[in-house]
Amino acid sequence: MGRFEGELLVRAEKVAGLYPDPRSAIIPLCHLAQEQDGYVTEEAIAHIAELVGATGAEVQGTASFYDMFKFEPVGEYVIGVCTNISCMLRGGYGLLEAASSTLGVPPGETTPDGMFTLEEVECVAHCDKAPAVQINYRYFGPVDSEGFAELVGQLRSGELDGQIPKHGTLGRVLRDAPPLIPVEEIDAERARQDGEREARAASREV
Amino acid sequence: MRIVGARLEHADSHTLERFLATGGNNALRKALLEMTPEAVAAEVLTANLLGRGGAGFEAGRKWGMLRKAKRRYLVVNGDESEPATFKDHLLVERDPHQLVEGATIAAYAIGASLAVIYLRGEFALGLERVQEAINDAYRIGALGRDIFGSGFSVDIVLQPGAGAYICGEETALLESLEGNRGFPRIKPPYFPAVIGLYGDPTIVNNVETVSNLPWIVENGGEAFKSLGSGRSTGTRLFALSGQVNRPGVYEVEMTKITFRDLIFGEEFGQGLAPSRSLTAFIPGGASSPWFFPEHLDLPLGQDEVAKAGSMLGSGSVIVMDDSSCPVRSAWRIARFFARESCGQCTPCREGGTWIDRIMERIERGNGREEDLDLLLDLCDNISPGVVWPPAQTTICVLGPSIPPAISAAISRFRDDFLLHIKEGRCPHA
Ligand SMILES: Cc1cc2nc3c(=O)[nH]c(=O)nc-3n(C[C@H](O)[C@H](O)[C@H](O)COP(=O)(O)O)c2cc1C
Ligand code: SF4
Ligand code: FES
Repeated sequence: MGRFEGELLVRAEKVAGLYPDPRSAIIPLCHLAQEQDGYVTEEAIAHIAELVGATGAEVQGTASFYDMFKFEPVGEYVIGVCTNISCMLRGGYGLLEAASSTLGVPPGETTPDGMFTLEEVECVAHCDKAPAVQINYRYFGPVDSEGFAELVGQLRSGELDGQIPKHGTLGRVLRDAPPLIPVEEIDAERARQDGEREARAASREV
Repeated sequence: MRIVGARLEHADSHTLERFLATGGNNALRKALLEMTPEAVAAEVLTANLLGRGGAGFEAGRKWGMLRKAKRRYLVVNGDESEPATFKDHLLVERDPHQLVEGATIAAYAIGASLAVIYLRGEFALGLERVQEAINDAYRIGALGRDIFGSGFSVDIVLQPGAGAYICGEETALLESLEGNRGFPRIKPPYFPAVIGLYGDPTIVNNVETVSNLPWIVENGGEAFKSLGSGRSTGTRLFALSGQVNRPGVYEVEMTKITFRDLIFGEEFGQGLAPSRSLTAFIPGGASSPWFFPEHLDLPLGQDEVAKAGSMLGSGSVIVMDDSSCPVRSAWRIARFFARESCGQCTPCREGGTWIDRIMERIERGNGREEDLDLLLDLCDNISPGVVWPPAQTTICVLGPSIPPAISAAISRFRDDFLLHIKEGRCPHA
């Protein structure tokens, strides 16, 4: 828990090496921390800071700006109900109320068994399927109150396990590519290409 | 006419097999093996491809503004979070290879040292599909070192966002990409093409903009320009949502159909629920000024919509019928912007919050008649004159995105506001 270990440490080091400036890895690494622990722990923040050469306060300062990062435990399933304009026009608020009564908690809270966190969310770009729901960022819609109760039932019974990983896991496809081309090599190639470009421009002028 | 959406008729449009079977990478080969970078850029300039991210700036012209420097970057903006906008979501999930091909073409044309595709963090499936497409491209030699033996090399990195609408604004996006809070940068410089990622010149283009590039390279800029009319060339994806029978994303040739066609047409929205009538629609995303039934016959073209006092913006059309409450709709839009304000500028941070609260109390029946003037005064503080296009007192245009919905609702539906106030409740509830 907390610091990256094992396979996740290998992945974290790879991610940190993907950018000309390792600080660019702060957000991807916070996602990785959530994949490991379900939320971003203080230990993870310290470890990310070490990996990217920043201070813990800097990492915390960045991470706290973003809605997707949680700093205390949340449910295994974070359920977002959209109430923004297109969903509102198709019953988004009604659905949020129904969701709240199905789960027995108001938006922003987690069920006592730690299974579900309910959130009211802004437009999730699924507006043609309004009202839209995201469960750990997997899409459903249009969803009505019965449909919502059914989804919750399926989550409890484990029926959706293959489709929806636990909270924190975003993309399950990992980068599978050769190491990045060293930037000096690219610089040399671009310098040569720019030279050719200028030569072409000059020959057109003549 | 389908360009960016051509492959979507196939259920497996996201797979490498379908991509290659439907002409995938033909344009990339052509660009890299038969064309110089300048020639590619010239075709894009001829095409007059307008940016699809909201501002509608010509992509070719933007590329031409790239400052000469040793290192340059390409950043593809896939942060799509403007309310009611969901076209990039479709493209990244359903045709990710086209996006990667387009990004590689753009990287070649501008000589980028590295390309980054920044995707909205909530697009879990999109992140998987685009990463898969990137992995595929490396595997078949379409990305990385010496692509297709052309001597051109470039890498693409996929970057997830983490839930912040403001990161769609290009300078906030670059801040986010540098590992910071998503605070828009002070302008000038107006364009990242001058100072962008890590201080180097950077081209930021929208997902749909970039997805058009393979077609333009294959068919030529003239062919693209022959579609549409005036400055609005090619096709565009329109995201139709709200109280309409068949919401969805529709690709149409620009300027060739009207809002009436889009909302009521058999092949498009198929009209409203029985016995409902249209009260208002928003033509270009939540931040654009509202349109009303008298605007239905305007064509879907950038300048046509601008001349009528609004914008085509992100291409999202929101339909409201007479069962909905215009006060509530305007409030919900204002609330969104208030919540998403990054807080750097007082007019946006404070003004947005005030407007949200006042609108809420009116909608809940606790409003006062003076509130209408107060709202307009607050709007005027955020965007002096409440004119269109908006005047700006803020670092970015998120702030000035708040007044259009409020001022439209007040000027058109004043009686509705007054009824809320007089009856002490929402008459539509
Ligand atoms: C508040 C705000 C949010 C924005 N969100 C997005 C977005 O989600 N996607 C996008 O492509 N452009 C967005 N833009 C526009 C970008 O700043 C930029 O103009 C665009 O990405 C450039 O690409 P294009 O020229 O290809 O359209 C936003 C702008 C503002 C002010
Ligand atoms: S206008 Fe609003 S969102 Fe934009 S920089 Fe200022 S405070 Fe931030
Ligand atoms: S408004 Fe709910 S998904 Fe867009």
